[in-house]
Amino acid sequence: MIMAFLSSMMSVQTGMLIGLLTPLVVALLVPILAVRSNWRDAIGPIGAVVTLAGAIRVAGAVFNGEDATLFIVSFAKGLDFVFTVNPLGAIFGLVASGLWILAAIYSVGYMRGNHEHHQTRFAAFYAVAVHAAMAIAWSGNLMVLFIFYEILTFSTYPLVTHKDSRLARNAGRLYMGILVGSSVMLLLPAVIFVWVTTGSLDFVPGGILAGKISGTTASWLLALFVFGIGKAAVMPMHRWLPAAMVAPTPVSALLHAVAVVKAGVFTLLSVVVYIFGIDFLAETGASDWLVWLASFTILAASLVAMTKDDLKARLAYSTISQLSYIVLGAAIASQIAAQGAALHIVMHAAGKITLFFCAGAIYVRAHLTKISQLDGLGREMPYLFGAFFLGALSIIGIPPLGGSWSKFYMMVGAADRGLIFVLFVLGLSSLLNIYYLLEPLQRAFFRPPSGDVKIEKHPLTVIPPVVTAALSVALFFFVDIFAGFTRLMFG
Amino acid sequence: MTLFAFFNNLPSLLVVVPLMMAPIAALIPISQLAWAATLLATAVSFIAAVLLHMLTGAGARVTYYLGNWAPPWGIEFVVDSATSFVLMVITALGFVVTLFARRSLASEINNGDLGKAYGAWLLAIGGLSGLVLTADAFNLFVFLEISALASITLIALGAGRVRRSLIAAYNYLIIGAVGATFYVIGVGFIYAMTGSLNMADLAERLPDVANSTVIYVGFGFMVAGILVKAAVFPVHIWLPSAYSYAPSAVSTLLAAIATKAAIYVLARIVFTIFAGVPDLTIAAMNWVIIPLSLAGIFTGTILAIYESDIKKLLAHSSVAQIGYITLGIGVATTQSLTASFIHIGNHALMKGGLFMAVGGFFYALGQRVTVYNIVGMGRRMPITATAFLICGLSLIGLPLTAGFISKLYLVRALLDDQALVIVGLVLLSSALSLIYLWKIVEVMWSNNPAYNDRDFTEQPALYIPLWMLAGANIWFGIDSSFIVKGAEAAARALGGGL
Repeated sequence: MIMAFLSSMMSVQTGMLIGLLTPLVVALLVPILAVRSNWRDAIGPIGAVVTLAGAIRVAGAVFNGEDATLFIVSFAKGLDFVFTVNPLGAIFGLVASGLWILAAIYSVGYMRGNHEHHQTRFAAFYAVAVHAAMAIAWSGNLMVLFIFYEILTFSTYPLVTHKDSRLARNAGRLYMGILVGSSVMLLLPAVIFVWVTTGSLDFVPGGILAGKISGTTASWLLALFVFGIGKAAVMPMHRWLPAAMVAPTPVSALLHAVAVVKAGVFTLLSVVVYIFGIDFLAETGASDWLVWLASFTILAASLVAMTKDDLKARLAYSTISQLSYIVLGAAIASQIAAQGAALHIVMHAAGKITLFFCAGAIYVRAHLTKISQLDGLGREMPYLFGAFFLGALSIIGIPPLGGSWSKFYMMVGAADRGLIFVLFVLGLSSLLNIYYLLEPLQRAFFRPPSGDVKIEKHPLTVIPPVVTAALSVALFFFVDIFAGFTRLMFG
Repeated sequence: MTLFAFFNNLPSLLVVVPLMMAPIAALIPISQLAWAATLLATAVSFIAAVLLHMLTGAGARVTYYLGNWAPPWGIEFVVDSATSFVLMVITALGFVVTLFARRSLASEINNGDLGKAYGAWLLAIGGLSGLVLTADAFNLFVFLEISALASITLIALGAGRVRRSLIAAYNYLIIGAVGATFYVIGVGFIYAMTGSLNMADLAERLPDVANSTVIYVGFGFMVAGILVKAAVFPVHIWLPSAYSYAPSAVSTLLAAIATKAAIYVLARIVFTIFAGVPDLTIAAMNWVIIPLSLAGIFTGTILAIYESDIKKLLAHSSVAQIGYITLGIGVATTQSLTASFIHIGNHALMKGGLFMAVGGFFYALGQRVTVYNIVGMGRRMPITATAFLICGLSLIGLPLTAGFISKLYLVRALLDDQALVIVGLVLLSSALSLIYLWKIVEVMWSNNPAYNDRDFTEQPALYIPLWMLAGANIWFGIDSSFIVKGAEAAARALGGGL
């Protein structure tokens, strides 16, 4: 019904324009409306709703097999600045814009509750980052994707260094150094190599490299992509993500659990599915090494997470681990595992944003950052810790929460390709997840309160995590909406 | 005079108009009028260059015999796609920087010297245009000296504020003179063997006498002399102090266009004059130009990382950027030459903008701009600082800026040529260049209480030309077809034999 209404409202191209330009318009309006802070803060959620409407319209069209292409200008012969939405991009667009609504509301509550400085600059760059994420999702070829990948890095820099402290500046250096350095030195040559070899950078189901390069070259090229896409945080390129936690929590929630890191794994998944081609990788075994590296990252990051007492740092390492699930899904080189990887983009986004929302809300309301300080707070903040519980279960992968589906798909894919050890890795990782994600809850609910903690009321920081937690439950039952898209991924 | 005859005379306008206007500007006692005369001359040159570019865009050539003396005896100006592309860069930047110069020069040199400064300004632009236009190897030396002496005068005029500009000018004078002398010695050797000075004529005669030490020595002297002028590592040593102690507008002009003309001459020597002696030129490319370019890229980048004076930092960065351009020439494929020409245009846009922005900061601060006193300037002078940021992002090659197009085409050309090691080095240096830009950017928007009670008003006369360049950096980053098409035509015209 929503779909029919939106279809009658706008054409596909209009939907694309709305989805791409609305965040930019928000970024421009924020400084203009800065004189009235209520207006300035209202424009974010409103813009997010409009963006989501565009994303839904476009996704509907892609689902029905319509062409969703928006041509801007031609860069060079055979290389256009063009946006084309494929099923994978439609999913990522929906996730980024949909969660932006809640993050924008949450952001207002957090920034005001925390009395942060420079809220206008913050809101403006936040919107620019969302714009870059939407453009990545809908990019028509690898060059356009690369362009907005870089813009996403630069637009999030002012958000990471928002505190303007020495710590924030050092984190900013690490952030820029790893993300820009890896993309310039490894990703860019990989992109240009594909361009020189095939004469094209278009995303084609089944890939464009099959028959053009040998299996060995494919392995090396894949390595350039994996390490060049620093945003996917495969070890040893992961250090920027914990460093980026110095940013205000709305940034950690939407950008460093959803938009930025998902842009990384989305890029990798797009490269595997549409540039290499799943079949080509399966035939040549060019991605076999990546199965091991991703498995290592999954377990190693989980082990590091267990040692972190700072809640955001623990969640950051959990993100690193979870991102490698998606990398693993791509590396297994079977269609069902790639579907699982695509689903995990959605499932992990909903789960992890919930956890970050909770971490930030605990900070705003009780000024606590460490897990060891949470003793006995469960009764004081029941909704928050309830939401945290559901988000954690989804990430662990327990039914009836969304996260169980993506793990199931990946396990089927791994078994399909005879990679039995991957099943052990996934199982072991779930056990580790249970330990380090449920520990805060165990402390909050089963330990006596230690001393008196003053709890403030900031409802705008509590409603969003409750909604996203409910979303994680809903995703279990309505998984077919997204699974339908993933089945279309292969043409 | 018919229209056709007018077009035939276009090449001479580019030299005659600035050179004729120079003494007039120098003699006008009112500095505003002298500036207006200068602006007029640069505007006329720019229009002439654009018309020439339109005429030669499709691969046509325009020739002009000075005084109607036919070559090989008379002096000939030849304009093909390569010439007109470089001319357009020189005159476009000459015009925009002249716009900037009115406020900037007036604040940095003594009022009585302003007329002379504009005279030298025009001589420099006219000399550089002549350098590019001429098809006569000796006449080239004359224009080389005109532009060099005019530039040295301009640098020395900064002495009213910064005494060290005298030393910088003197350094440039001595080192530049050595370079010019080397060049003219080389021309002497070649002339002795061939009896000709016209480039096309030389190209025809040289293969017959190619197997001679005299030719090798002559070639070596010519190339060495031009490398000095182009500020290729390790004979770039005059450049950092010359750029950083000159008045801001002069730094901008020199950084944007001065070395570009010399680089163009280097390409002409290799690809036109010595086109018939491939053994010699290929050896020079592989053993001299490519290694020196790479060495320059890394030295310039690393020195820039450790420099805290921003003008000097940008000058070091220029040495690195010149390395990218000469690298494209050294690799010597049509694609790599295209990349070089693209970067000749784009680097003029980005470095011109950066030096202009520093000039704007200098105007407001009244002291040399360093990473220490630029803290917080992003809040105090947002218009200038934003333009600085845009040009800086272009310098490090952020997508959707002109610098990205340069990097894209250079890497593609290198990959196409299977030069994998060079690709790695170029990309490494490109990533390193982020460091020196970022140490400026990260403090620019920090809070600086020292400036809270100071008033920084931004001058439209300074930031309008600056934003013309910053806007061009974005425009040509999104729709690069104009520069890319021009550069492709230039590469075809220049390296026809490749």
